Amino acid sequence: MPTQPITSETMPKEHYLNADYGIRSWLLTIDHKRIALLYLLSVTVAFALGGAYAVLVRLELLTPAGDFFTAENYNKMFTAHGVIMVFFFMIPAIPATLGNFLLPMMIGAKDLAFPRINLLSWYLYVVGFLVTLGALFVGGLDTGWTFYTPYSTAFANSNVVAAGVGIFISGFSSILTGFNFIVTIHKMRAPGMTWFRMPLFVWAHYATSLIQILGTPVVAVTILMVAAERLFKFGFFDPTRGGDPILFQHLFWFYSHPAVYIMILPAMGVISELVTCFSRKRVFGYDFIAMSSLAIAVLSFLVWAHHMFVSGMSVYAAMIFSALSFLVAIPSAIKVFNWTATLFRGSVSWQTPMLYAMGFIGLFLIGGLTGLFLASVGLDIHVTDTYFIVAHFHYVMVGGTIMAYLGGLHFWWPKMTGRLYPEWWARVSAVLVFVGFNTTFLPQFILGYLGMPRRYYAYPEEFQVLNVMSTAGASILGVGFLLPIFYLAWSMRYGRISSANPWPATGLEWQTPSPPPTENFPRTPVVDEEAYDYTRPPKEIALV
Amino acid sequence: MSDAHAGPLRHHFATLQQQKESATLGMWVFIAQEIMFFGGLFGTYAIYRYLYYAAFEDASHHLDWKLGAINTGVLICSSLTMALAVHAAAVGKGKQIAAWIAATILLGSIFLGVKVVEYKEKFDHHLVPGPKFHYVPHAEAARAADPEIDRHSQIYFSLYFMMTGLHALHMIIGIPLLAWMGWRGWRGEFSALYHSPIEITGLYWHFVDIVWIFLFPLLYLIGHH
Repeated sequence: MPTQPITSETMPKEHYLNADYGIRSWLLTIDHKRIALLYLLSVTVAFALGGAYAVLVRLELLTPAGDFFTAENYNKMFTAHGVIMVFFFMIPAIPATLGNFLLPMMIGAKDLAFPRINLLSWYLYVVGFLVTLGALFVGGLDTGWTFYTPYSTAFANSNVVAAGVGIFISGFSSILTGFNFIVTIHKMRAPGMTWFRMPLFVWAHYATSLIQILGTPVVAVTILMVAAERLFKFGFFDPTRGGDPILFQHLFWFYSHPAVYIMILPAMGVISELVTCFSRKRVFGYDFIAMSSLAIAVLSFLVWAHHMFVSGMSVYAAMIFSALSFLVAIPSAIKVFNWTATLFRGSVSWQTPMLYAMGFIGLFLIGGLTGLFLASVGLDIHVTDTYFIVAHFHYVMVGGTIMAYLGGLHFWWPKMTGRLYPEWWARVSAVLVFVGFNTTFLPQFILGYLGMPRRYYAYPEEFQVLNVMSTAGASILGVGFLLPIFYLAWSMRYGRISSANPWPATGLEWQTPSPPPTENFPRTPVVDEEAYDYTRPPKEIALV
Repeated sequence: MSDAHAGPLRHHFATLQQQKESATLGMWVFIAQEIMFFGGLFGTYAIYRYLYYAAFEDASHHLDWKLGAINTGVLICSSLTMALAVHAAAVGKGKQIAAWIAATILLGSIFLGVKVVEYKEKFDHHLVPGPKFHYVPHAEAARAADPEIDRHSQIYFSLYFMMTGLHALHMIIGIPLLAWMGWRGWRGEFSALYHSPIEITGLYWHFVDIVWIFLFPLLYLIGHH
């Protein structure tokens, strides 16, 4: 098995990157690949900013006393971290960059069904991001990313409405991405690309898109209601006007729990691709992995109230939501078991994307299993609003989504840029991310279980050792995240030239030059085989 | 590589049929999104109506059901003229498309005009939620049925303005869209083969009408039985 990616002597003469020049050719492009790169750039900015706020939060928590920031400013720090990371990084990260770039190619289409709406979605993202950033920088926001009422509507003295407007706008960018993907998958598949020949990455994005379409509008209208309550004194959630603050939580989590799956499903799609490619084996249980994505999408809408076990709900409602939440473990476990079975007797090689994939499986396992702790009503009451929760969702979001995002980014980097990233540096950073991540968040499970609440800027002295560990881990993690920014940027110019199919992998996106031409394929491909057939040598590329 | 914009077929589609199916499916997916958008409000409505039924019933009498009924009729007629515009497009008569769309726009504007009259009347009677909200029960017994009717009726009017306001906003977005389609129809851009923009604009308009069909009884007719 090749352990070195296959290089090439020359780049293709004409490809999507050099098809046109100048800033206008980028800002007005309707090529899904260029829009993906625009998204890549902007979510990287969001990630860096959100990360900077995390650094400030960890800095404050280095010592038990509240010494770096005032309590109020600390509230603004973690709110900014949450808002930026959730709405402007995690949700668009994989779908709008990797998904945008790959989805049309994987099904043999020339572009998404609505290229101009795709560009519009990027502009909505940017406008929403700028409005929210404006709100965060001028005056700030201190409600937490969850905007709980009645604090957000009746008491908070910060920029709730402006931040809400920004999130509202960017929500439509997410809706439009999902909308575009659904229509593209239904109507734009190449001849022979039947539903069950589609790569699992596409299935995962289909399920994600369903959630984006059906969940996001609910949070959009909820934000409008919060804004109307603040601006015009409408009384939806304010108890002094007959409203019910718990109703806000129901509406909010009706979207925001499924939103977690908007973040993790595309990551699972990436992992399915990576595990098969680097095991040189057809994925085990294709149908089950594909259907488990849909099952997760459906279940995602039935479990929201497990965020509210202590908010004031009847015991029976809590029991039902608890039971439904346990059900999510089934499709998630189906995926993990099938990935593991794919590895079995595969010819596994350990390039960087595979390191990230293995990291994902391990960390997602911990994140997922602690999710079961939290789905149990009794245990959840003990750890609600403690660092246990913080550790749990970071294991899923960072250990899951970001690991997969970075793995996917390395895997498809040669396709996007035509050049290979430096393998040694990439492995170093993958190991740093893994070690740094665990050092940061493993102590937080213990802290939470011992009773350290989240969102406080000071804590009792006995928690300091674990907090210092966590902050130290965050520094390692930060280095691990910064490295790729430098070496990937370096590789765009100086990296070795990649062949069309460096790994070599199956999938239509590898059967076109790297980087691909503007309309993806020199000739519309015809599909005559199932996905992931690694028993045959990779197909020759039809260059004419 | 195919040439960019040769006729109505866009560069990334293989056939007009594929393009048309994509546009239609796209509008349906968009409508699914819209249903969830209004769904959040309908859900809120359902909960508060269940909790504060007496207040909602009494507050409902402050709306003018006759104006609401007229508006329902107006919107149903506008759906008819929209359907006729789509039919005109299907048989390839450009001037007729423009005429039917003009009628649709006229009816839509009448609807919005009536809405303005209704809003102004609520404003004059201090029924707009907020500091100036002042509620006078319609029925004598209402305050006995719900001692907190001042607060609970305010939720009713919050929902009334939010739901009808967002519905009106959808119409305000729809009318320029219609005008653009009418203009393109007048210029002869559509034919029996290619008229999916008219069709999907029609889908959107019908959807907005249907939202009103639900809003009218839920807001205007509580207790009118």
